Amino acid sequence: MRFHGFHTATLGILATFVAVPAAAKTISVSATTPDANEKLQEALILAEPGDVVQLGAGVWKLVDGLSLDVANVTVRGAGAGEGGSVLDFTGQQGAGEGLLVTSDDVLLTNFAVLNTKGDGIKSKGADRIVYHQLRVEWTAGPKETNGAYGIYPVESTDVLIDSVYVRGASDAGIYVGQSKNIIVRESIATENVAGIEIENSYDADVHDNIATKNTGGILVFDLPSLPMQGGHNVRVFENIVNDNSTPNFAPKGNIVASVPTGTGVLVMANRHVEIFDNIFDNNGTTNVMIVGYRYEHKDPKYQPLPRDIVVRGNQHGKAGYAPKFAGGDMIAAAMGGAIPPVLWDGSGDAIVLDKVGVLSLNLPDVKTPQSEAKPSPADLSKGTPPAALPAIKLPEAMEAKVR
Amino acid sequence: MKRIFAALAAALCCVSGAATMSDPTVDQAVIEGETAPQKLSEFGFGMTADGYRPASAVGYTLRTPLFSDYAAKDRFVYIPNDRKARVATDGTIEFPVGTVLFKSFGWADHNGGKPVETRLLIHRAAGWTALPYIWDADGKDATLALGGRRVPVSFKRPDGEAHSIRYAVPNKNQCKECHSKNGVIEPIGPKAQNFILDPATTSQVRDRYFETPAALKPTMPQWDDPKSGSVADRARAYLDVNCAHCHNPAGSASNSGLFLRWADDPTGVNYGIGKRPTAAGRGSGGMDFAIAPGDPAHSFMIYRLESTDPGIAMPEVGRSTVHKEGAALLRQWIAEMPKGGQKAL
Repeated sequence: MRFHGFHTATLGILATFVAVPAAAKTISVSATTPDANEKLQEALILAEPGDVVQLGAGVWKLVDGLSLDVANVTVRGAGAGEGGSVLDFTGQQGAGEGLLVTSDDVLLTNFAVLNTKGDGIKSKGADRIVYHQLRVEWTAGPKETNGAYGIYPVESTDVLIDSVYVRGASDAGIYVGQSKNIIVRESIATENVAGIEIENSYDADVHDNIATKNTGGILVFDLPSLPMQGGHNVRVFENIVNDNSTPNFAPKGNIVASVPTGTGVLVMANRHVEIFDNIFDNNGTTNVMIVGYRYEHKDPKYQPLPRDIVVRGNQHGKAGYAPKFAGGDMIAAAMGGAIPPVLWDGSGDAIVLDKVGVLSLNLPDVKTPQSEAKPSPADLSKGTPPAALPAIKLPEAMEAKVR
Repeated sequence: MKRIFAALAAALCCVSGAATMSDPTVDQAVIEGETAPQKLSEFGFGMTADGYRPASAVGYTLRTPLFSDYAAKDRFVYIPNDRKARVATDGTIEFPVGTVLFKSFGWADHNGGKPVETRLLIHRAAGWTALPYIWDADGKDATLALGGRRVPVSFKRPDGEAHSIRYAVPNKNQCKECHSKNGVIEPIGPKAQNFILDPATTSQVRDRYFETPAALKPTMPQWDDPKSGSVADRARAYLDVNCAHCHNPAGSASNSGLFLRWADDPTGVNYGIGKRPTAAGRGSGGMDFAIAPGDPAHSFMIYRLESTDPGIAMPEVGRSTVHKEGAALLRQWIAEMPKGGQKAL
């Protein structure tokens, strides 16, 4: 709702001052402004805490990445779909991402970011960030030349990703790294290498998402030699994880390039991950895979084993009929055409209460090469699971932004 | 631009007392205020594209400079009359509030050697602020470009190869991406190890600018001068200047775990030796390690330095051309390392 609109002569930006709250204003930028890229970037620089940068509807042809470094700013578009505010980076010439946020208390909502050369939207050291009703997409579908991450918060405390759609990322569609207190919910990740990935992070809830047609649906990883490691306390629940059948198209060398096509949920290293009440179907390698970090590393502080992993209450549809890891097809043939829907490399410890089979590769030492696997069914239903993790609570002001 | 520096050094020689007094035209209130002036002239340094030595300022160079598309850079520092800079024991130069660092970017064979842009880094009470100015067509003044801009530039590389690029003047946030330590802006280049005051600066001016001018000891190798250090030392100096402003635990690339400061252990995983990609995406180029000792062709650090694709290239900002000579130095450094990195089991 506009009250008093006027042009700021120097920028050609239509600035609209809203009566309440007192100082906050809305800076509207039009997709058809000459030099729209520069004008939008200026608006993001000149915004003050409390302001809204309003993106006009239409397709924005952008050549340089955008960035926001002002706290408590909202970037709001006219919608994330066709006819909304579409930031098209097909002709991008510079910057490692489409939009970079480095300030706290930012809300990004109702716009789309397409075809960035690198990552889609990255936020770094941006506490209490909210990603809401966004679309990040590489429109040609899975290609190795697509950018790595779609939505990419890193080194942040309190992260909310709600109702986003990400397609085509050559690494992870939604990637949360080295962060604490995280919710990823009601989002769709499709045709990425990894649909959703929580890496080297503490305290995360991933729920009510759809991860479909990725290489791997939902990944919970911990990797060595990074400033924040020892990932733990992650709940993956009430998601639909199905038909993750897209051949792996990640550039080699990246850890996700090792994810077998047809993986539902994959836990690598980490402590206390709960996977429950999800619906799994049509994941050709396995619905749930639990493994250690089996690469050489030189980090004495790193803990490569999965520990306290709990799998319970999930619905398992068809799985394991096309296992895409070394030797998988032979194991499947020996087991009557499919391997069980839960696969464990035998390292660390896990409790599986789902009434389905578990295949262990019996490789408790992560230094043993996978070629020495001695696959056999395993019963992981014994033992006492750790006390259930509490639900993640984010500051009320963050939840209020998406209501 | 070197000839301009020489001319200017001569000018400084002739007017040896130039920097002993703050020029009366310099507007200290604008420098230390909170505004971002639309025009460079508002600071009162009396600069034009033909004569862009700021009034009352002193020129300096760096032993090993940041590569910026083969631009020649002219650097100056202005410190108000009643204050001095201090050199900390770790070589950090602590500039007082009211200091302005100037950096002008141009090419000798582009537009008669006139600068395209001049960046100011101003030390205000609330901290450092970065302001980019692009020179107006008439060269009489420069205009603030907070949002950055692409400027067509044509030049010849040192080896004679012609380049036409859309040179990126960084926006204010991009200034900070590099000049950031724990989210706060600070200068990058002027460290005692790397800082060379214009040789023509008189001892009187040195004393006026620095508490202990003798502490300015440029010990870091000069990346392109074999006499100044071994290949490894020069490579490390190059990485410190070109990469470590982001690649340090408090910088923009802290999450990568790749730390390339002069003081970092050059044999460690966190220096890239046998380090797997973290968030490199396409930047890995299908390779396993940032640095595969003895094997530059399989070291994706080289791959990223030799790319201009924004999804691959490093650094992420400030480079539209490959620094052929810099990449060659790093190739040589990696090639001379004993073979044998990490391998997947």
